[in-house]
Amino acid sequence: MRTDREHQQIEPTDLLRDDVKFASGKIAFFQYFMVAVFLFLLSGFWELQVRDPAIYQERALQNSIKAIPVLAPRGKILDRDGRVIVDNHSSFSLYLSRENLKMEHLKPIAEGLNLDYDSLVARVRRFKSRGEPQYHPIPIKEELTPGELAFVESHKDENTFPELEVIHVQHRLYPRDGLAAHVVGYVGEVSEADLNTPEFARFHQGDIVGKDGLEREYNDILTGTDGQRRVEVDSFGNERRILSEDKESIPGKSLQTTIDLDLQAVAELTLENRKGAVVALDPRNGEVLAMVSRPAFDPNLFAGRIRSKDWNDLINNPAHPLLNRAVQAQQAPGSTFKPIMLLAGLETKAIDDNFTVSCPGGASFYGRFFKCWSKHGTVGIHTGLVHSCDTFFYNVANRMDIDDIAKYAEMVGYGHKTGIDLPHEAEGVVPSRKWKIRNFREKWYPGENISVGIGQGATTVTPVQMASAIGGLAIGGMWFQPHLIKDAVHLMPARSAEVNLDNIRKVVSGMYGVVNEGGTGVRAHIPGIDVCGKTGSAQLVSNDALHKGFHQTSDMKDNAWFVGFAPCSSPEIVVATLFENGEHGQLAAPIVRDVIKAYFDKKARLAQPQPQIAALPPPILRAPQPPPATPPPPPLAANP
Amino acid sequence: MAAYRSLRDLDWLMLFLVAALCGLGVLQIFSATYDTRYSDAWWKQVIWIGGALLAMWIATLIDYHTLLAQVPVLYALSVLTLIATYALGMTAFGSRRWIGTASYHLQVSEFVKIVVVLLVARYVTELKTEQLELPDLLKLAGLVAVPMILVMLQPDLGTALTFLPVLLAGIFLAGFRWQYAVALVLIIAFVAPVSYFLVLKDYQKARLISFIDPSQDPKGSGYQVIQSKIAVGSGALWGQGVTKGTQTQGRFLPVPHKDFIFSAFAEEHGFVGVIVALGMYFLLLMQIIENGQTAPDRAGMYICMGVAAVLLFHVLVNVGMVVGRMPVTGIPLPLMSSGGSNIVAVFVMLGLVNNVRLRRFVN
Repeated sequence: MRTDREHQQIEPTDLLRDDVKFASGKIAFFQYFMVAVFLFLLSGFWELQVRDPAIYQERALQNSIKAIPVLAPRGKILDRDGRVIVDNHSSFSLYLSRENLKMEHLKPIAEGLNLDYDSLVARVRRFKSRGEPQYHPIPIKEELTPGELAFVESHKDENTFPELEVIHVQHRLYPRDGLAAHVVGYVGEVSEADLNTPEFARFHQGDIVGKDGLEREYNDILTGTDGQRRVEVDSFGNERRILSEDKESIPGKSLQTTIDLDLQAVAELTLENRKGAVVALDPRNGEVLAMVSRPAFDPNLFAGRIRSKDWNDLINNPAHPLLNRAVQAQQAPGSTFKPIMLLAGLETKAIDDNFTVSCPGGASFYGRFFKCWSKHGTVGIHTGLVHSCDTFFYNVANRMDIDDIAKYAEMVGYGHKTGIDLPHEAEGVVPSRKWKIRNFREKWYPGENISVGIGQGATTVTPVQMASAIGGLAIGGMWFQPHLIKDAVHLMPARSAEVNLDNIRKVVSGMYGVVNEGGTGVRAHIPGIDVCGKTGSAQLVSNDALHKGFHQTSDMKDNAWFVGFAPCSSPEIVVATLFENGEHGQLAAPIVRDVIKAYFDKKARLAQPQPQIAALPPPILRAPQPPPATPPPPPLAANP
Repeated sequence: MAAYRSLRDLDWLMLFLVAALCGLGVLQIFSATYDTRYSDAWWKQVIWIGGALLAMWIATLIDYHTLLAQVPVLYALSVLTLIATYALGMTAFGSRRWIGTASYHLQVSEFVKIVVVLLVARYVTELKTEQLELPDLLKLAGLVAVPMILVMLQPDLGTALTFLPVLLAGIFLAGFRWQYAVALVLIIAFVAPVSYFLVLKDYQKARLISFIDPSQDPKGSGYQVIQSKIAVGSGALWGQGVTKGTQTQGRFLPVPHKDFIFSAFAEEHGFVGVIVALGMYFLLLMQIIENGQTAPDRAGMYICMGVAAVLLFHVLVNVGMVVGRMPVTGIPLPLMSSGGSNIVAVFVMLGLVNNVRLRRFVN
């Protein structure tokens, strides 16, 4: 056939038909080559799809499956009527997923979101060092603004920063202007140090936990259980579909407090921007109706990660706004200690009903003159209390043993924590022989009794202790553990004292006189309501046993106290007020008056028949709404 | 001799295979673009196939000898168009391979491929010698090199390389001295390193590097290979099902309806699907070669073998790329990949094969 090749012509018509056979060998070769090519390709598929597809299936899953935490919202905090004090609001938080985190991405991410690069790196390192599970993403920014959200959305694709993860969260929302701030406390990211304590051991790095107040005390109730969701994402990081709710998130439970928002608002308003505290209790069961500490702070600052500037401002503020003065301020009770002294004197028979003292403006004991704040003339057990005569109580103290005084002070609850469900409660000081030996390695000098008699000396109490002490005394010598939540389960049983009720009546009668018989507390008088009370003005200077830490930077004016309860015969509410540097207890009295008045006003309002709501469901269902006549708590004037 | 005996002589098996592969392609395009902004691509593909059928019909009816006679004109036209494309053509995907308006553009190089097939066929047919002597060899190589370099300049290395198998098949079938092959190997061994540094563009180097070690460049073309292998592997034996492939549907796979359509296919239809599809390509190529063997003359044989060579090259490079055994070159899979120019060009080439077949019983 090869020979035909010479006859080949350009003209196609001349071509020989079977001439093509010349190349049949080569065509066969081509066919073998083709078989080889297809086998070569097939072997590639064999390798990937049949021999070890598991490797690639696994990688396909890694490619497209992302575990996303579902954060459980914290429970709400409600007032006693079910009104919301602390709520949640929806927001977006930014997380870094650690499975595909690249350290070199942190710089542009920090720049895009105005984050501090160094602290971001430190944060990521900390997560690594703590050995948190890999699927546990790192929260880096809360409450994304629309601009930040846009940055994240446009950069979270497969090829840019796939580690960016936006999670929808329920963010804590606190009342404005620090209303009840110290009671509810605040939440924040759990700190490294906290995680090492048993209290926070169950949390993980990056978790938002209650750090103070009820938020901290009731973390177990308020904290929900976070869930996890596996979603299929595309290469742009968009969720395509939910594969499984691996773990369902369980929202935290709501916490119903004993706080009455109406009363709380009144207490906040009356204390205004003065430094101090107000505690209102129901002495019959220990429920805290209102608790204010001023200056306050805005817990919303903490709701995410607090900025260091805000934190430093709070920490370095000389007025210590973070301090809950209601349970942490330990101050000399001053004259508010006198009702207890009177009871102690009568109980120990150091004095009797006819005991009188002449007050020329003071008296000398052990060669030292002790001043009275006024010249009272002859005073007895009633007038001595009504006019708060120091000379009278110097004499009472002088007739008693310090350990007996201490016994009655401790009986009403001083010197011990009340057990209120708030962190960092202080216990105050009740001086005694044992106390002096233990703390100063010195014996007690009888001369030291004298100032203890008027609530000075080493004695210190907290406002909540005072409210509890006087309230328990007022109901006949029964002290209930002050508490802030409605269904408190672990309450200590009420303490009752073996005291003569007649003696208590005499003390209460004196406290009635303080307000209603021209005593030092007339400013607490409310027409139509029997208010009993006692003023106190506690010196801060020349008393070295005071806890200096509180006062080094504060003004050295006297602290003003007032503690009052009503009605005198069957007390329903007791209010203690500390007005730091308020100079005289008389100035603290109106605060207590306003709170007590608000309490009875509300009671009267609720007792009125209200025809327009007669058809509505029973009051329990109506409770979440404030009563129609109650104005909503207005914003407080100042918030230092 | 423009006549043919009967349309019953058409290669119906080949046409069936073409229809089946196009059908698989359309299905896969539908699945891969499901719920994306390309979701009308399958419909466009159907229209293109319709148009391509018409072009195929024309390519079947005009006697291939007439076409061969017009090769100088066609060649000149191709070169001029390529130069025009280079000068005026619109830039798409960073290169100038298209001509036309935004809504309607043709990839000129795809059609030049057909001209190269005809060119080589005519050149080796007209040879007077037993085998290709050096001057002829260089002349033929030069003729192919001109459009090839022009396409390479676009820059579209992948399509330019598809001209080579046509040339090599022509030379191989026509016969050549084995010394030339040795010399060629030596020259390539010498030229390759030089051209790597002087001719290849950075992205082309990157593709080569990532072919050798995909993990070097996990976000670039190495990324494409890795994602493609993951897609293929996750398909396993039976596949994940149409519109169910996580790699395809999650858009981890780059251009799953174009260059990487076979990864998407392999993911959703598994190894079994791959055997069926590759089997059909194999049968199709065997049919084309058979038509070459039974061609009425050398010119017809060369045309068929040229077409077979170019299609085999496409399948080898495209599918090889999908399983990571060939570098990423960006050449489409004939009949399946979405894209009008390629479909029309392939159909025209298959039309030429039918053209040859129809005339095998005519003298």
